[in-house]
Amino acid sequence: MKNLYLIAYLDLKESLRAKWFVVYSLVFGGLIALFFIAGVTESQVMGFSGLSRLLLMYIQITIVILPIFILITTVRSISGDRDNHILEYMLSFPISLKQYYWGKIIGRFITVYLPVIFAMIIAVAYGAFKGADIPWNIFFLYTGLLFAMSSAFLGIAFFISSFVKSSEVALGIAFFIWIFLLAFIDIALISLMMQQRFNEELIIFIALVNPMEMFRVAAISLFDPELTVMGPVAFYILDSMSQTVFVLISIGYPILLGLLFAFLGYKIFEKKDLV
Amino acid sequence: MIKINNLTKKFGAHISLDKVNSEFNKNESIALMGANGAGKTTLIRSILGYYHPNEGEVLINGINPIKERVKVLENISFVPQLPPPIKLSLDELMQYISVGAKVDRDLIMHYANEMKLDVSANINKSFFKLSGGMKQKMLIAISLAKKSDIIIYDEPTANLDPKARDDFYRLLKQNEDEKVLLFVTHRLEEVKDLVNRQIYMDLGKIVSDEKV
Repeated sequence: MKNLYLIAYLDLKESLRAKWFVVYSLVFGGLIALFFIAGVTESQVMGFSGLSRLLLMYIQITIVILPIFILITTVRSISGDRDNHILEYMLSFPISLKQYYWGKIIGRFITVYLPVIFAMIIAVAYGAFKGADIPWNIFFLYTGLLFAMSSAFLGIAFFISSFVKSSEVALGIAFFIWIFLLAFIDIALISLMMQQRFNEELIIFIALVNPMEMFRVAAISLFDPELTVMGPVAFYILDSMSQTVFVLISIGYPILLGLLFAFLGYKIFEKKDLV
Repeated sequence: MIKINNLTKKFGAHISLDKVNSEFNKNESIALMGANGAGKTTLIRSILGYYHPNEGEVLINGINPIKERVKVLENISFVPQLPPPIKLSLDELMQYISVGAKVDRDLIMHYANEMKLDVSANINKSFFKLSGGMKQKMLIAISLAKKSDIIIYDEPTANLDPKARDDFYRLLKQNEDEKVLLFVTHRLEEVKDLVNRQIYMDLGKIVSDEKV
């Protein structure tokens, strides 16, 4: 266990010094700052106002950019170390592959999760300072959803990283997965439904397996119980189960998905040539 | 100490090691030579347990380095040909090694000092920001401080100036007893005073193996 924490700690320290982390933190912190500067908390759109409105906008943007940020910054984690022979040296010490791999995952998880959650905390703290009502239910839901979303894409990224030979290929695959999942949030799903090539159950199934769609529906359904801005897929999903059950699934499923991919990645890492 | 039995490693259609058999024992200093692509690095990486062989096996004191890598690597020190661009600071790198491999940090400092590398002055600097020679000195200091029974050097003096090479050979002389020293080299004259066995490889096979 000592080595696991050591590797997580060193990976975290290394990441915190990296330029990508500065950009990553600035993007999420900057978004919140921009919303305050733009007066989002004073605006009212479709009944959402104040901090709720700000958090809604934050989460809508996060749905799109968080997965790609996690994928591109993490997907080179192991493949990059393999590429430039860091893995060859670091693994010449008596550290088990299990400790190395999972230590890296823990370190990287903290790195990618902290800025997004920290930006929300800043928003809430600043909102409270300005005397706004704090929507705690939304805050805690988003904390859980962001945790789940980060787990899912971190697991996928480590899975890709474990089997690709070069970091360029890893990046290419990461982009493809992001675009693919993004397309299945709306564009592809809606076009499939409109063409009526597939039955409703299949469409719902496709939506449910996509962690980005789960995240989106769970994040927005709290604001929009009538689902006026959500589209038909969300309506079908929430028609077949209660909102509470769906929220629990939308947090549990991405975490499990992330763990599954991370575990598959570990098995590949263990079975393949290391360098 | 190291037993290589019928070891074959292929990468696609290319055969990198072709039924290699050999044994390296205590008090042997071996120069492993051969042209580029002869299979030297593949052999070393197989000893370190990085490659899954297509046939045959490597045993270190009777233990398979893939199945029990932690146990095997406790007894091996390795210095690669090119120092990798590790982003950890020297302090963090020493922490990784002292905690992960139970290497005495003071001993690393001692050997670094012997190699004329001032670790204290660069303690918070990223390893990859050091000069080529400084990186190599640091890796050599770590390899000696680890007090392993098997020391593997892949062209260890490539980045060192003549003075640093002398320091390196002096320290090795003091630390070679009861060990297996394995040098991958293209320049035999540099290590010929240290080695007592020369192995030539070509096209994945050992073509010559003689004691000197």
